[in-house]
Amino acid sequence: MPRAVITSLEEAVAENVRDGDSLSLEGFTHLIPYAAGHEIIRQGRKDLTLIRMTPDIIFDQMIGMGCARKLVFSWGGNPGVGSLHRMRDAIERDWPLPLEIEEHSHGAMANAYEAGAAGLPCAVFRGYIGNDLPKVNDRIRSVECPFTGEKLAAIPAMRPDVAVIHTQKADRRGNVLLEGIIGVQKEAVLAASRSIVTVEEIVDDLGGGPNAVILPSWTISAIAAVPDGAFPSYAHGYYPRDNSFYKAWDPIARDRETFRAWMDSHVMQRKAGEGVQ
Amino acid sequence: MSDRGYTADEMMTVAASRALQNGQVCFVGIGQPSAAANLARQTHAPDVVLIYESGTLETRPDVLPLSIGDGELAETALTNVSVPEMFRYWLQGGRIDVGFLGAAQVDRFGNINTTVIGGTYLKPKTRLPGAGGAPEIATSARETFILLRQSPRAFVEKLDFITSLGHGNGGNSRAEAGARTLGPTRLISDLCQMAPDPETRELIVTTIHPGVTRDQITAATGWDIRFADSVTETPVPEPTELAVLREIHARTARAHAGQA
Repeated sequence: MPRAVITSLEEAVAENVRDGDSLSLEGFTHLIPYAAGHEIIRQGRKDLTLIRMTPDIIFDQMIGMGCARKLVFSWGGNPGVGSLHRMRDAIERDWPLPLEIEEHSHGAMANAYEAGAAGLPCAVFRGYIGNDLPKVNDRIRSVECPFTGEKLAAIPAMRPDVAVIHTQKADRRGNVLLEGIIGVQKEAVLAASRSIVTVEEIVDDLGGGPNAVILPSWTISAIAAVPDGAFPSYAHGYYPRDNSFYKAWDPIARDRETFRAWMDSHVMQRKAGEGVQ
Repeated sequence: MSDRGYTADEMMTVAASRALQNGQVCFVGIGQPSAAANLARQTHAPDVVLIYESGTLETRPDVLPLSIGDGELAETALTNVSVPEMFRYWLQGGRIDVGFLGAAQVDRFGNINTTVIGGTYLKPKTRLPGAGGAPEIATSARETFILLRQSPRAFVEKLDFITSLGHGNGGNSRAEAGARTLGPTRLISDLCQMAPDPETRELIVTTIHPGVTRDQITAATGWDIRFADSVTETPVPEPTELAVLREIHARTARAHAGQA
C-alpha cells in the first residue's frame, strides 16, 4: 500500500478534494479540522456532500460560503451557544444555495461509520424506535434479526469519498496518533476512499504506548503539519477550546453581510494554516 | 432571585440532582442536566457514574462543560472511548441506568422534539439542532429524566416532530413500538415535578416547588395538565446544595471567561 504523502495543506486539498465529492470532516467537539475546512473554502470547492455528526462553526462557514449541496448530520448547532445561523438560512431560505439534508441520530451515524470501516454494506443497531426520523429519511430502514426476530434499525454504511481529520502528531513515516476524545475519526478515515490528516506537529517518535490510537501511514492519503489547525476547537495536550470564540461567532453568523465580511478578512485573504485568530 | 433565597432554575437543578441516586450510571445531556448531575456527584451521590456521549467514561469535571466534548471531561475521565463504542457497548449494551435529557418541546407523554417547529420538515419555521444522542438514550437507558423550563411553548399539546420517544400515545404504545426500557419516569421543571400515570402514562404533577401555584402550572402547560391525588411540596434546596451549585457555576464562569 502507498504510504501517506507529507505535503502542504494547499496541495493535500488540491490533490484529494474534488467538486461534487462526499466529504466527512470529523472531530467530536475535539480536534475539529478547521484549517482544512478553510482551505477547502479558499479553493472554491462546490457541490459537496458534507458529512459530520456535529456540524458546528466550520460547517456553518462552508455552507454559508456555498460549498455544499447536501448535508448529512445528526446534531447541528453551536454547542452551548445556540443555532448555526448559516445552516438555518440555507435550510429555511435557500441562502446562498438550497441545501438538501439527510438527518440521523448520533448512534446511527457512529454505527454507519463503523460499518463503513468494516466494509459492510449497512449498519444494524437498536435505534430509531418510535420517532419520526424514518418518516423524513428514506435511508432509515429496518431488518429482522434472523435468530430472534427482533426488528432492528438499518442504514447504509458511511463511505465518503474523502475523510478530513486533525490530530496531535504524525511521525516522519506518516503514521498518525490521536489522543483524548477520539470521536469517529479512525472509522471515518478507514471508511473513506481518500483521506487528509492535518497535525499539530510532525515528530520523530509518536510515543503513544502499546494501545495508542494510531492510524498507519498506509491508511492515509496526505498529511500536512498545521499548528493550531483545530482552533477554535481544541487539541488535547496542545491548546484548550476557545469557548469565547464560539460565543463570538453567534452575532457574526446572524447576518449575511457580517458573515461574508468576516470570512473575507479572516479566511479568504489568508493563506493555508495561517489561522483565524 | 426570589425572596426565598434561590432562583427557580436553582430549584429545578437541585430537584433534578436529588433524583439521581448514588452509584447509578448516568448518561448526561449538556446544559441543565449536566449541572444537575454534577451537583449530585458533589453532594449526596459521590459515586454516581457520569458518562457523556463524546466518549468520556466516569468523568468528574470540576467546571461544567460548554460543549459535550470539552477537554475538562476527557482529562477527568476514568477513560475515553470512541463514539461508536460509546453508543454500541455502553448505551445499546444496557450499561446506563439513567438518561438525563433536555428538550426544546415535550408533550403530555414525555415525547421530545429537538428537530423542527412550525412549517414543514423541509421548510420549518424554526430549525432546531436535531437528534444528537437522544433517540437512542431515550430507548436504551433503563429510565430517563427530562429537565425543562416550563412554558406553553415548550410544553405543547402536540409535537411538530417526535425526535425521541417517551410514552408514545400513552398506555402500552411505547412497548408496542419496540422499546424495552421504562422511558421517562420523571420530568423536572422550574415549577414542579411530574411522573407518568401508571396506566395512561400521561405526565401528571406529583410535587410543586415552594411558592408555585397550581394556576401557574396550568398556565405554563399547553395541554390540560392533571395533578396527582396527593400532590406534595418539593423540599426546598438545602444551603449546602445551593452553595455547591453556585460554586460550580462560579468556577465554570471563571474558566470560560479565562479563555480569550
